[in-house]
Amino acid sequence: MQTALFIEQLLNGLQLGVMLFLMAAGLTLIFGVMGLINLTHGSLYMVGAFACAAVAAWTGSFWLGLIASLAAAAAAGAVVELLVIRRLYGRDHLDQVLATFALILVFSEGTRWLFGSFPLYLDIPPLLSGAVSLPGGAQYPLYRLAIIAVGVLVAVGLWLLISRTRLGMRIRAGESDREMIGALGVDVATLYTLVFALGAALAGLAGAMVGAIQSVQVGMGEPVLILAFVVIVIGGIGSIKGALVGALLVGLVDTMGRFLLPQAFGLVMNASQAGLVGGAIASMLIYLLMAVILAVRPRGLFAAQG
Amino acid sequence: MKKIVAAAVLGLAMGVSGLAFAEPVKIGLITTTSGGGAGLGVDVRDAFQLAIKQSGNAEITVIVEDDGQKPELAVQIADKMVQSDQVDLMTGIIWSNLAMAVVPSVTAQDIIYLSPNAGPSPLAGAGCSPNYFNVAYQNDNFHEAMGQYANGEYKKVFIMAPNYPAGTDSLTGFKRYYKGELAGEVYTQLGQTDYAAEIAQIRASGADGVFVFLPGGMGIAFTKQYAQSGVGIPLMGPAFSFSQDVLGAIGDAALGVKNSASWSNDLDNPANKAFVESFKAAYGRLPSVYAAQAFDTANLILSAVGKASVKDKDAFRAALKAADFASVRGKFKFNTNQHPIQDIYVREVVKVGDVLTNKIIGTAFTDHGDAYAKDCKM
Repeated sequence: MQTALFIEQLLNGLQLGVMLFLMAAGLTLIFGVMGLINLTHGSLYMVGAFACAAVAAWTGSFWLGLIASLAAAAAAGAVVELLVIRRLYGRDHLDQVLATFALILVFSEGTRWLFGSFPLYLDIPPLLSGAVSLPGGAQYPLYRLAIIAVGVLVAVGLWLLISRTRLGMRIRAGESDREMIGALGVDVATLYTLVFALGAALAGLAGAMVGAIQSVQVGMGEPVLILAFVVIVIGGIGSIKGALVGALLVGLVDTMGRFLLPQAFGLVMNASQAGLVGGAIASMLIYLLMAVILAVRPRGLFAAQG
Repeated sequence: MKKIVAAAVLGLAMGVSGLAFAEPVKIGLITTTSGGGAGLGVDVRDAFQLAIKQSGNAEITVIVEDDGQKPELAVQIADKMVQSDQVDLMTGIIWSNLAMAVVPSVTAQDIIYLSPNAGPSPLAGAGCSPNYFNVAYQNDNFHEAMGQYANGEYKKVFIMAPNYPAGTDSLTGFKRYYKGELAGEVYTQLGQTDYAAEIAQIRASGADGVFVFLPGGMGIAFTKQYAQSGVGIPLMGPAFSFSQDVLGAIGDAALGVKNSASWSNDLDNPANKAFVESFKAAYGRLPSVYAAQAFDTANLILSAVGKASVKDKDAFRAALKAADFASVRGKFKFNTNQHPIQDIYVREVVKVGDVLTNKIIGTAFTDHGDAYAKDCKM
C-alpha cells in the first residue's frame, strides 16, 4: 500500500474528527454545565449552514457568510434558550428529549418554509480552493487542511476560555455546583444563555464549513448529531478534553475502517463481496468502538466529576 | 410561435380527455414533501397537479399527503386513503422502500397504483400485479444504460453506491451491461456525507472512469468534494444525482458529468416542449426527471379516464395498458409486466446562460425493457 494514500487517509480521518469536535464541544458543554440533553444541536448546525449559504449567495463572499453563520446560530441558540430550554433545566431528561426533538421539527419545517425544499448552493472560497502536495506525492485539498486548522484553533481557544478567564471559571463552577454559584451572586440565567449561545455558535461554524463541501439541505444536522453523541459518550459526557479525544478517535477509526476493511476482506474473498462485507462492518465500527470503551470505562474516557 | 404550438397541444389534450365519462375520480397521491428528500416529492406533486389542471377536468380530485420519507407513515396514509377517502387510484411514492411497504397491500385490495418513480425489482418480476403500473422505469434501467455507455468510452471503471437494496441493484445493473475491467467496487454508508476516504481510493485506483449512484444529498456532497479534490477522472452516473432538483446546489462542479435518463429538458417533441414551458411558467423553475415522470403518470390516467369508467376495473386497466397518451418522453409503451419499454439517453450537464441543466448527447438503449419481465406471470 502506498504511503501517500495512507497519509491522505490519516488526514481525512483527522479532518472528520475535528469537524465532529466542533459539534461535540458545544453538546458536551451544554450537558456538562446545565445537565441538558440538547437534540436541537443538529438544527443549529443546519441554521449555520443555511445562513452561510444565503449570505454567501447574496453578497458573493464566503467569509461574510461564515460570520453570518456564527451570528445566526448563536442568535437562534440564545432565542431557543430564552423561550424553551430555560424551562427544561429542572425537568428530567425525558422531558428535555421530547421538547428538543419537537424543536428539531420546528427548525426543519421552518427552514423549509423560508428557503424551499431544494438544497442550497455553497462553494468553498477561492482563496482556499487549491490543493497542496503531501510528502509522498499526493495532493490534498487546502480547504480540508483549513478545517483541521480551525478545529485546532477552536480547541485551544476553548481551553484558554475555560481555564484562564472569569467566564470559564464560572462555567466550571456552574458544572460542579449551580446553587452555590447562584448564592455567590453570579447571574446563573445569563451564564446559561451565554454557554448555550457559545455551543450553538460552534455548531453553526461547523455547519457552515462543512456545508461548503457537502450539501446544504433540511435534515443535514441529524446524522451529525448522532455521531456527536457517540463522540461525547466515548469521551465522557461533560468533558471538553473527552470530546476532543473522542472526536479524533471516531474520525480516525471511521475513515481508516472504510479504507482498510474492504481491502482486508479482499485478501480472502472476491472484490465485490469484500466491498459489501467490508463496507457493512466499517459502518458499524464506531459503534463497536463505543461498546468496547463503555465496557471498560462505563463513564467514558474522561468522565467529568460529580 | 412556441407558445402557440404549446397552447395548441394543450388544447388538443384537453379536447381528448374532457370527453366521455364525466364521473368523479379520486386519486390519492402519497409523496415526500418534508425533510431532506422533499425536492423530489414537490416536483412530483407540482407536475401531477399541473397536468390535472391543464386537462380542465373538474371531476378529478387529487388528495396529496406527505409521507416524510418514512415507510410506516406511508402505510398509515395508504390505509386511510383506501378506507376513509375511498380513492380510486393511487400514485406518488418516490422511494423504493416505501413503495415495497405500500404497493403490494394496496394492489391486493384491488386499487390501481401507478408509480411515478420507484421501480423495485420484486414488483417487476415475480411480484408483479395487474393493478400495478410503473410509468417511470424499473430501478436497474438507468444504471444498465450507463454500463452500456461505459463500454464504448472506458476500459477500467471505478464503481460506487450506498450499501442498501437500491445501491446493490444499481451496481448489479451497471455490471449487467459493462464488459470492461473494474478498478474498484465500493459500498458506502447510506446517508454518508463525507467522501474523502473514497475519493482517495479512486485517485489511487488507476481508473479511467468513475460511476456513482448517490441519490439526494449524498450526490451533492460527493460531486462537490470530487471536483474540489482535483482527481479529474471522468464522472458518470444515473440521472438521480444530476437531476434538475440538485444541479443548483452542486454548482459548476457538475459540469461535464454524463448521466442517463429516459427524459431531458431538451428532448425534442411537442408534448415535452409544452410541458417544459408550462412548468416553468407555473413554478418558475425547470422541471426534473421526477416531474416529467409524474406529468406522464397524470396524462396516462387522463387518457384512461377518457376511455373507460374507473369503476369498471378491467376496462380501466386495459385503457391504462394501451398507454394512449402524448408522453413527454416521445414514445412510451408498456411491457408484459406493465413497466415501460422506452429509450434511455445519455445526457451531459451543461450551462445554458447561468442555469445548469442537462443536454442529450446520445442514446444508450432503444426500446429498452427490463431483466425481470420474464419472471412476471400475469
